Amino acid sequence: MVSILNVVRNGLYRYLPLLLIALAWEALARSGWVNELALPPLTTIVGAWLGLIGDGELITNGASSLYRAGAGLGIAIVLGGALGIFMAWSKPVLVFIGPLVELFYPLPKSALIPVCALWLGFGDMSKIVLIFLGCLLPVTLGAFNGARGADQELLWSARGMGATKLEVLWDVVLPSAMPELLNGIRTALALSFVLLVSSELIVARAGFGYMIGNLGSAGVYDAMFAVVLTVAFLGFAADRTYQAFQRRVLLWRE
Amino acid sequence: MARVEAARTRAAAASPLFTAEFAWRAARWSSIILLIVVWELYARSGEVTTFMLPPLSMVCERIWEDAMSGDLLANLWDTVYRALAGFAIAAVPGVLLGILITRLAPVRWFFDPVISVGFPMPKIAFIPIIVLWFGFYDVSKITIVVFDAIFPIITATVAGTRGVDRHLVWSARNLGASERELLREIVLPAALPQILTGLQVALPIALIVTIIAEMTTASSGLGGEMLHASRFVDSMGVFAALVEIAIVGLLLIKVMAMIRARLLHWHQEARQAKTV
Repeated sequence: MVSILNVVRNGLYRYLPLLLIALAWEALARSGWVNELALPPLTTIVGAWLGLIGDGELITNGASSLYRAGAGLGIAIVLGGALGIFMAWSKPVLVFIGPLVELFYPLPKSALIPVCALWLGFGDMSKIVLIFLGCLLPVTLGAFNGARGADQELLWSARGMGATKLEVLWDVVLPSAMPELLNGIRTALALSFVLLVSSELIVARAGFGYMIGNLGSAGVYDAMFAVVLTVAFLGFAADRTYQAFQRRVLLWRE
Repeated sequence: MARVEAARTRAAAASPLFTAEFAWRAARWSSIILLIVVWELYARSGEVTTFMLPPLSMVCERIWEDAMSGDLLANLWDTVYRALAGFAIAAVPGVLLGILITRLAPVRWFFDPVISVGFPMPKIAFIPIIVLWFGFYDVSKITIVVFDAIFPIITATVAGTRGVDRHLVWSARNLGASERELLREIVLPAALPQILTGLQVALPIALIVTIIAEMTTASSGLGGEMLHASRFVDSMGVFAALVEIAIVGLLLIKVMAMIRARLLHWHQEARQAKTV
């Protein structure tokens, strides 16, 4: 009992600043100093959020957003991870692919939004391809840096003990690439949210970003704030969940 | 050391390895050249319409036209100005706040949860709110850039200043350094590599966000130009803007890496081999 109380008290102490900010928001919005449209009180926003959940709009749009982000990111993880490991594995692949990665890595990924819309229209496919292209290189680079750092002596001893090339790849190179690969995926996860929301804001007929843009131009600001805060929370929650997963996967390292 | 290096270079130049190295280096260009050739030939082959993929030569012609008419320079200036202004406005308070978080417990208490919640949020979703508050012009774009770029700078500064070797701090104190001297002579130089890493993360973010902000508000700048082109189904304009934005991104990152090498020429990392 005491320990639960302690946890609650510590959590409260730790997150008190956020509570203070929320209270300041509520007080400022209700004080009449600012336009209530520009800064709706948090309680009103919660009401609008419940409304959006109730009529199912937030859920259907959210599902289509999460489908796009998940599909694009998933393909990027599989292909990017494989590409990065093969770049570290074979010099010809590195010499051929490396310069292309170097060339495209600094490209501000948001510039791909109109190109994907041009090729694939306004639907799901253009967002999935956009997120795939945007997330590919951070994953590739993470896998490459990790696999390149694989301990040479481990590789030699695995070979010496008669492991085939494929076994070495699977049992030695992949595990030693894991930490950096997982960091690359974390960067990609954050990027996928950015690309998703911004592409939906600019060209879409469904999704969180579309809702934000639509509610904003209709002037329903409390609902717009509700969707914005939902997206922000989901991005935060995804990162926290991923970090917990990352720690679990890397338990063997400690 | 220098003499050993020189001898090694001479030996390398004389050995047959040199020619192999040279061949690998030449091979590094093969994929880029292949990409250019395939783009041009595929676009002209008739397999795709020039609307879907205009040939690179025509895209270059379009960039040249934009450059001659002055549009390119105007848009380039708008985008780079917004990105760098936001980056600079994020950098100074970001570093200051990072130092304060390390040094002062109350500041740490207040900002620690704010940053750990704010950093992983997709702050780009706040664009419509920022536009609602600050209008459609530069102020709102620069604000969202600052909002997005400041988090990596703060966290890198906190990590850097927190990791400063205690013994250095103690000996400087013992030799009579004041707090200000301590900061300038010990803490900042020791934390500089990580602070620069934070800035190197923040700069591409600033550019990405600037371009998104220009697209969502359909304003001037390279991002706005690109959106206009796609609204008017002018695919040549879209690809021209894509190439222009890619070049700006590449140049900004290279310049930042040069600044880092320059500022850290005293640091041991300057002696390590360069990687990707």
